[in-house]
Amino acid sequence: MNIVMLAGFLAIAPPASVRGYDTPDDGGRSITLEWTLSPDDGVIERYEIYRSCNGVDYEKIGVMGRGRGLFEDDTEDRRQYYYKVAAVADTARAFSEPSAPVMSSAQWLNRKKINIIVAVAVFGGLILLFIQRARRGQKLFVRKIAGLQAIDDAVGRATEMGKPILYCPGIGYIEDIATIASLSILGEVAKKCGQYNTELINPHFDPIVYTVAREIVKESYASVGRPDAFDPDSVYYVTDSQFAYAAAVDGIMLRERPATNFLVGWFRAESLILAETGASTGAIQIAGTDQVSQLPFFVTACDYTLIGEELYAASAYISREPLLLGAIKGEDWGKVIIGAIIIAGSILGLLTAFPILRLFD
Amino acid sequence: MKRNFPLLLVFVFGVLGIIPFIIPHPVVQGTDEFLRNNLLKILAAFALILGLGSLLRVHFDKIKRRGQNWEYSWVLIATFIVTSIIGLFGGVSGTGILPTRIGSFAFDIWTIYFNVEVPLGAAMFALLSFFMASAAYRAFRARSTQATLLLTAAFVVMLGVLPLGNEISPHLPSFAQWIMDVPNVAGQRGILFGVALGMIATALKIILGIERSWLGGGGE
Repeated sequence: MNIVMLAGFLAIAPPASVRGYDTPDDGGRSITLEWTLSPDDGVIERYEIYRSCNGVDYEKIGVMGRGRGLFEDDTEDRRQYYYKVAAVADTARAFSEPSAPVMSSAQWLNRKKINIIVAVAVFGGLILLFIQRARRGQKLFVRKIAGLQAIDDAVGRATEMGKPILYCPGIGYIEDIATIASLSILGEVAKKCGQYNTELINPHFDPIVYTVAREIVKESYASVGRPDAFDPDSVYYVTDSQFAYAAAVDGIMLRERPATNFLVGWFRAESLILAETGASTGAIQIAGTDQVSQLPFFVTACDYTLIGEELYAASAYISREPLLLGAIKGEDWGKVIIGAIIIAGSILGLLTAFPILRLFD
Repeated sequence: MKRNFPLLLVFVFGVLGIIPFIIPHPVVQGTDEFLRNNLLKILAAFALILGLGSLLRVHFDKIKRRGQNWEYSWVLIATFIVTSIIGLFGGVSGTGILPTRIGSFAFDIWTIYFNVEVPLGAAMFALLSFFMASAAYRAFRARSTQATLLLTAAFVVMLGVLPLGNEISPHLPSFAQWIMDVPNVAGQRGILFGVALGMIATALKIILGIERSWLGGGGE
């Protein structure tokens, strides 16, 4: 029997069908409560949510506005809870029947992410497919990327002029993909510096990136048979303050006057400061970043710019490793599939008059 | 072993980085939090020691060799030592064992940061406006059809955001906003799609050991 309290001549109907269940796809410690709105939802002030651990002693744990039939409660796992919801109007409260006991627990799979898992699996499968094809000897075409083609010329220019090469990997951390891609290019540039005995200046923003870069440069010199030519002081940490780093690199550009500047990696506001200062010294500049907001500055101030995924393709492009080229092909086919889905979705979205599209409602 | 062990570490920790995205269980999330918040910080601290060692070595070598502008290396080293002592022993707001206050004059690490580092960073940031003007002057030339289109779009957008644009035509600000909202965003999204897929592919290649240039000495 529903409990109805009277205050004067005011009587309100309680909410019904209070149901609690373990919040799905989470790490536990949460119960979701649903209820059917009171028939007097239009006149009540709010709903009050009550909870009990034994089904007898209830305490108020929350409030929801009228028209809302959902509440999420923070709980302890593996403990039974009972809930009641009260419709409140002035001093009148109409309590619902108590809910069945419910417990929260942690899930081992977030089902909301299944679509992402499927998409990554399809994309990863494409990459592995093309890698297999590359392994079997299939020739894979990759278009010319001007910035990467210019690396040889840029290093040669510095060698002929007897000036150093400045390689700035940006202000990213080692977990940034752009920084990793930059370090791949650094390895190739270092090899050429070793071969041609060209001075390399490589200042760093992050100490972890510095330690990785140092080993990459050292190994690169060793791989071309010039371990003696490696100067440990050519790769060094400067500061992890954004504009202090920009000031330091600008100072290097103006003092050392490198013939070639590489600005490849993850950049933010300091990108234009670096690029313009480098341009003012007359150096040839090759830039590359995946930061869309900084690309216009590099395109304006630098001779060559690697845009977005061209930076990621650098390692494959320079080394011409079949496995890496296969991965590039997989990426490109992934883009084709996404483009096709976007076009198909856009066309379907325009055809709103057709009843079949109500399937997506 | 020299190459296989790092590859194995990358594979294990790469997979450990992916799993928390799809498994919300506290055991997995707790492990992920430990790796990100604790282990990474410990690694960063050791790397910082190496980095600072490298910085000091470069400048001491410059002083020894009497390289160009070697006097400024002394400035850097002296500043580094003084700031480190104040930071280590003076506490964040002057609460350490070293007194960092003479009367009302404070020189604790927070004061140094707010009165030296922040203004210097702001000064560098302020240079951006001049560099932007200089870059725009060089870039916005009607050399070709595409350059002319760029120049026109830039001109319309610059006028559109000024009050003057509204005086010229009430439609100019909305047209400028349309350029920013439609063609500009369309271009950005195209690049972002490529970047996102490239990131996934590069991360997969590194985790699976296909991409090995980060090991040094080039790929396999």
